[in-house]
Amino acid sequence: MSEDALLSARCLTVSFGEIPALVDVDVDLWPGEMLAVVGESGSGKTTLLNVLSGRLTPERGVVQYLDPAGSLRNVHAMPPPALRRLHRSEWGFVAQNPREVLRMGISAGGNIGERLMAQGARHYGQIRAKALEWLAQVEIDAARIDDLPRAFSGGMLQRLQIARVLVTHPRLVFMDEPTGGLDVSVQARLLDLIRGLVARFGIAAVLVTHDIAVARLLAQRIIVMRRGRVVEAGLTDQVLDDPHHPYTQLLVSSVLQA
Amino acid sequence: MNGYNFAYLDEQTKRMIRRALLKAVAIPGHQVPFGSREMPLPYGWGTGGIQVTASVLGADDVLKVIDQGADDTTNAVSIRRFFARTAGVRTTARTGEATVIQTRHRIPETPLREDQVIVYQVPQPEPLWRLVPSRAETRRMHALADYGVMYVRLYEDVARLGQVAVSYDYPVMVNGRYLMAPSPVPAFDNPKMHRMAALQLFGAGREKRIYAVPPYTEVRSLDFEDHPFRPSRAPHACGLCGATDSYLDEVVTDDRGTRLFVCSDTDYCAHRRARGAG
Repeated sequence: MSEDALLSARCLTVSFGEIPALVDVDVDLWPGEMLAVVGESGSGKTTLLNVLSGRLTPERGVVQYLDPAGSLRNVHAMPPPALRRLHRSEWGFVAQNPREVLRMGISAGGNIGERLMAQGARHYGQIRAKALEWLAQVEIDAARIDDLPRAFSGGMLQRLQIARVLVTHPRLVFMDEPTGGLDVSVQARLLDLIRGLVARFGIAAVLVTHDIAVARLLAQRIIVMRRGRVVEAGLTDQVLDDPHHPYTQLLVSSVLQA
Repeated sequence: MNGYNFAYLDEQTKRMIRRALLKAVAIPGHQVPFGSREMPLPYGWGTGGIQVTASVLGADDVLKVIDQGADDTTNAVSIRRFFARTAGVRTTARTGEATVIQTRHRIPETPLREDQVIVYQVPQPEPLWRLVPSRAETRRMHALADYGVMYVRLYEDVARLGQVAVSYDYPVMVNGRYLMAPSPVPAFDNPKMHRMAALQLFGAGREKRIYAVPPYTEVRSLDFEDHPFRPSRAPHACGLCGATDSYLDEVVTDDRGTRLFVCSDTDYCAHRRARGAG
């Protein structure tokens, strides 16, 4: 285990029946760093994300998280209340489909305020001020604070989801294809936003994507997965400019040039 | 009455309900499941309350039953007569004389005493039910005291309407631990639950849950620091007794829109008028 890694996983193994989803996967994530996990559908990316975030227990292997006090916590040995508290405060999860996470019948302000209220914020004026501040951070017009997410476009929903997660200043965010299903110009704007916020608040993130361009733009380090195994890992530019594994070479060469 | 056990329910059932009650009293505000029985009245009319009352009733108890504060409405009259026939207990309309009070929608205006028990009829015991669709999830949320989502609902009200617009079944925190639905009593009655001298028992027949608030337990209505809880009441005096501190019903008295505000607690109103008020 690496001593100063924020999140560190060793020998993660998961299988769904006969199908191996993860085989002996090691991951290290340092504070303030963004790590991209790329690979084709079914390569185990999302499974890896679920295991790292404690939502899925692996058959073998450990995930350790370095808490702010400096002690290592075994994510899968944590009691459920502690894990839930972690997910509500120091961690965040950005899903591909914001409709699964956002409360569609609750206004944008209420959605952003939920994590604050779950942590014990009981001052309406302060919660509202925070919500306005975060709408500005994700470039949503402050006048939309009382609108329901139903009335928002896909890109705005995704930005709202990001505001909802980042409002408590998490140290570690898991992102599952945050730009999936958005058109290219909206994607570019969202990527720009994520890059800015992550840098400004020093957030570490694990980013799952099948889009090499997204990984290159956002992540310092990358791991390439195939059939549940890590086939290549390293600095993003290094791996993408000089891919060693045949699968990575195929992946890089199959990107369409505009 | 021949062929029936005392207070209708058989002793084993009462024993089961009393065990649930003891557990409920030991964990204030926690919903305890129990094997709710078929009762000779429809769901929504107080099947939970009537089973709890049957289990705590003794031969020397005096029973009062109120429905929306009144002693003379159908529900109140039939439940009172039910226990008069099946248990042979004395019944009363006077809050002060009763030892067991079964209620729907109100808490009597007269403060209750240590030697009294109040039984609430509860249609929906789960305070989070409109917010979280899964019961497995609400149970987990209660276990972890994860109540942020309830505040989201209050936030929405304040954002949209400038104040919390929950007028009945206003959610409360019991003993600083469990979020509880106080049954559909008006928010006006919530402060009466706080450190009440009497034992408060809640029975939900259809949902098969019992919960309780022991005497002198803290019951706080949820609110924001800058939007404190304010019980609301119609800004009038009772048209019959002149009370300005009681919860009022609005009664339309003719077809030209004339209306009368009267105490919803009929016993309180009658008592005041007997003493020459109004």
